[in-house]
Amino acid sequence: MTMKKKKTIFTAVVLAILLAACIVVDMTLPTYHIAVTVIKKATVYALVAVSMNLLNGFTGLFSLGQAGFMLLGAYAYGVLTIPVAKKASVYQYFDGGAIPFSVPEIFAGFLGETVGTVVGMLFCLLIGGLLAALMAYLIGLPVLRLKSDYLAIATLGFAEILRAFFQWNALGPITNGSNLLKSYPTFGKATPYVLLAGLMIAVILLLINSTYGRAFKAIRDDEVAAEAMGINLAKHKRMAFIISSFFAGIGGGMMAMYMGTIAAAPFKSSLTYEILLIVVIGGIGSITGSVLASFLYIFSSEWLLRGLDSGTFLGINAPDIFKNGFRMAVFSVIIMVIVLFFRKGIMGDKELPDLIDPKYRRKKRKEAAGK
Amino acid sequence: MSKSVLKIENATMQFGGVVAVDNLNLEINEGEIVALIGPNGAGKTTAFNVTTGVYQPTNGAVWFCGEKVIENHPQGKMKKLYKGEHDGEYTHVLAPTPDKITKMGMARTFQNIRLWKSQTVFDNVLIAKHCRATSNVFSATFRLNRKEEARQRQEVLELLEVVGLADVKDELATSLPYGKQRRLEIARALAAEPKLLLLDEPAAGMNPQETDELTAFIGEIRDKFHLTIFLIEHHMNLVMNISDRIYVLDFGKLIAEGTPTEIQNNKRVIDAYLGVAEDA
Amino acid sequence: MQELFPYLLNGVSVGGQYALIAIGYTLVYGILRLINFAHGDVFMVAGLVMVYSTTSMPIYLAIPLVLVATVALGFTIERVAYKPLRTAPRMSVMISAIGVSYLIQNLAFYITGGVPQPVSNPIPWISDNVVLFGASTKRVTLITPFLTIFLVIALVYLINNTKIGMAMRAAAKDFETAQLMGIKINSVISMTFVIGSFLAAVGSMLYFTNYPSVAITSGGMPGLKAFVAAVFGGIGSIPGAVVGAFIIGLCEEIIKGLGYTTFSDAFTFALLIVVLCVKPTGLFGEKVTDKV
Repeated sequence: MTMKKKKTIFTAVVLAILLAACIVVDMTLPTYHIAVTVIKKATVYALVAVSMNLLNGFTGLFSLGQAGFMLLGAYAYGVLTIPVAKKASVYQYFDGGAIPFSVPEIFAGFLGETVGTVVGMLFCLLIGGLLAALMAYLIGLPVLRLKSDYLAIATLGFAEILRAFFQWNALGPITNGSNLLKSYPTFGKATPYVLLAGLMIAVILLLINSTYGRAFKAIRDDEVAAEAMGINLAKHKRMAFIISSFFAGIGGGMMAMYMGTIAAAPFKSSLTYEILLIVVIGGIGSITGSVLASFLYIFSSEWLLRGLDSGTFLGINAPDIFKNGFRMAVFSVIIMVIVLFFRKGIMGDKELPDLIDPKYRRKKRKEAAGK
Repeated sequence: MSKSVLKIENATMQFGGVVAVDNLNLEINEGEIVALIGPNGAGKTTAFNVTTGVYQPTNGAVWFCGEKVIENHPQGKMKKLYKGEHDGEYTHVLAPTPDKITKMGMARTFQNIRLWKSQTVFDNVLIAKHCRATSNVFSATFRLNRKEEARQRQEVLELLEVVGLADVKDELATSLPYGKQRRLEIARALAAEPKLLLLDEPAAGMNPQETDELTAFIGEIRDKFHLTIFLIEHHMNLVMNISDRIYVLDFGKLIAEGTPTEIQNNKRVIDAYLGVAEDA
Repeated sequence: MQELFPYLLNGVSVGGQYALIAIGYTLVYGILRLINFAHGDVFMVAGLVMVYSTTSMPIYLAIPLVLVATVALGFTIERVAYKPLRTAPRMSVMISAIGVSYLIQNLAFYITGGVPQPVSNPIPWISDNVVLFGASTKRVTLITPFLTIFLVIALVYLINNTKIGMAMRAAAKDFETAQLMGIKINSVISMTFVIGSFLAAVGSMLYFTNYPSVAITSGGMPGLKAFVAAVFGGIGSIPGAVVGAFIIGLCEEIIKGLGYTTFSDAFTFALLIVVLCVKPTGLFGEKVTDKV
């Protein structure tokens, strides 16, 4: 059996086990259980982290606009899916809003209640992604010519501008101004999130391993050489930016589903930073790294280290130390340690299946011996 | 007379007040190996960068296979600063980016090796094939381009076989010894399927034996891939052995052109390299 | 015009405060080519220290304490989070800076319990109300621009006329050559962080006097805006940062005065993007060319 086949089988087995575990969780635990919450949040973060990795890790474009694109996706989803009957109460300050229809209800009209609603929800996620992609195209025209840190700050700025716009009262009939969007349909169980995010991540993986993905990596490694070998820098950078933003937009829509309400506030630059740090923990340039890190991060911050905030941790009761905020403080120290001393993160630039590759293991041993 | 592949016409490259390439004229015909030589700082690499679209010339034009591909004339504050000749003869602006030039059929190597560091030998060459891929991003992502991908992989394997790197194809490019990295850079350029290959000091840092091997190698690939080769080199052995014709640059200006024998006996060239004896 | 006057007054004042922060960005960027994302948080910490110290000790001890604590923080950040990454790619250092910012905010959250700390007349005399041309304002608003200009002149003198200033200029021009010429690059870098943090501390005391409270996220926006000011003026240039900061401060307050408060932040970023696209080197920046 070739290595490639072995890796494929290994991957398939791992994925099947994970999916089965998720289904079991869904069948045995109520939707408000912390395990379900963790899985939902972690899959959303994983998708966004992977989309960011595509740009920052694989194309070498240091962009900090992720939160802005998520915001677009989230709002597009919310605005289009709020049931007509609920509009009046949601948009109470804006006369029931400017959009008189709800996409899932339209789909439900000719596909039946359940199927139609689900298809409509997915369709709205897609619209959110496309909107984010369109915005990325527009933003990319001026900012993609900028170099590293200038690009970072310009994209960060764009995300902030977007946020301001969505809170603007004049757009209130659509965005509900600074009020919450709520009452839209969501998936309660975790499996749909896993399937959706898994599908998206698989597409990103396919892209990265295609000829275009290789071109992205060439741009990251050496822009001048890439251009000299016939890779159109402007076109490929734009492409990476648009695709990354598309998936961030979908991630934003899923985030809206997971949260149940939408406001502009959570989509601050600190959300982008959080996702960037997840990418770093997982390893810049590793998709499985990003996914693993998302789960680790969400699992520990939402569940494992909860006690750090509420008085008791590992059986030690010390309410004066383990008070509100201690968890995140500990967390950020850990992150700094990773950033400073384990710069490659969990996975470096390797993927999970590489771990069973003897060639890779041999190399690792050689590296260790070299040190 | 055979067909002209590259023609640089009255090209001047000026950085502010500094004229790096001054009114350069040269022509390379199909199948030739032509060398551009000159002392350090003579403007050789700048001439390459102008040819491949990295720099936009201040004035002048470049023709490739009978077609004008680059043209420029002094604009803005360059109008006042311009010190070269042929001012006003060029009126159009034609400034394709380097990737477009490569697609037209020119490929180059770099003076200081610029391989993609995190990629394997195989991938380095395969990426250069990207510019010849016809698939769009969707068909590539969803593997609708299987045939093309398989063909390109096969071509890369064959190419690596020819250049003698097949046994190290899965190594990281940067783990190769220096001489092989140079060879890989040439293989990468070949993968872009050029008509004209530009080599910027391919023998830099090589010992005499490696240089001899390279000399033979350049001749081989020219015949095998029906190439025209334009190279910059300091190793005179290599230059004199394989060049059909040689152009000599000094302080940005062309001071001589001719066959290796002619250049060896040209007084201006000797002076440029050795300096003129003040009191002789 | 009459209605806008208080906003103009505020604009000059806010501009001065931004200028004091912007210098910290511009100095560090000039030498390390690093956007010190943690600088805004250093500014926020200075505000917190001010709140705590002015309520627990006399003012003549509190102010020096704020300055010393902030400088110590800036110095420590550089030594711990940036120095080990001197040879690492720029992206790693920038990520480290973001990490530090995250760490400071979370630590501050833990210490304050996430509750914004109220600022109540921390430095007595400067927060008195005064009336100028019919506009009522705090004395700090009038003092800020003058204090800013005084500090900037002192800094420019330091950079142009002292040995350490010369070393800083050398390091900004060419990091590696400066090192080869025997300049102790690490002490130069530490010095820039010390100066930057000192000015941020002064700016912070002036800034938060005008605000009801210091929250853990209070540093983010002023920090980003000061950075934009530095870019606008031409990053690496001190006069540029100051001019940029005053312009941004003024524009922002004018926009507020016209009733578009939601967009006062967005405007700053729009300005940044326009500047970066039209003249990436800013108003006073030097042109840098890439070499192939």
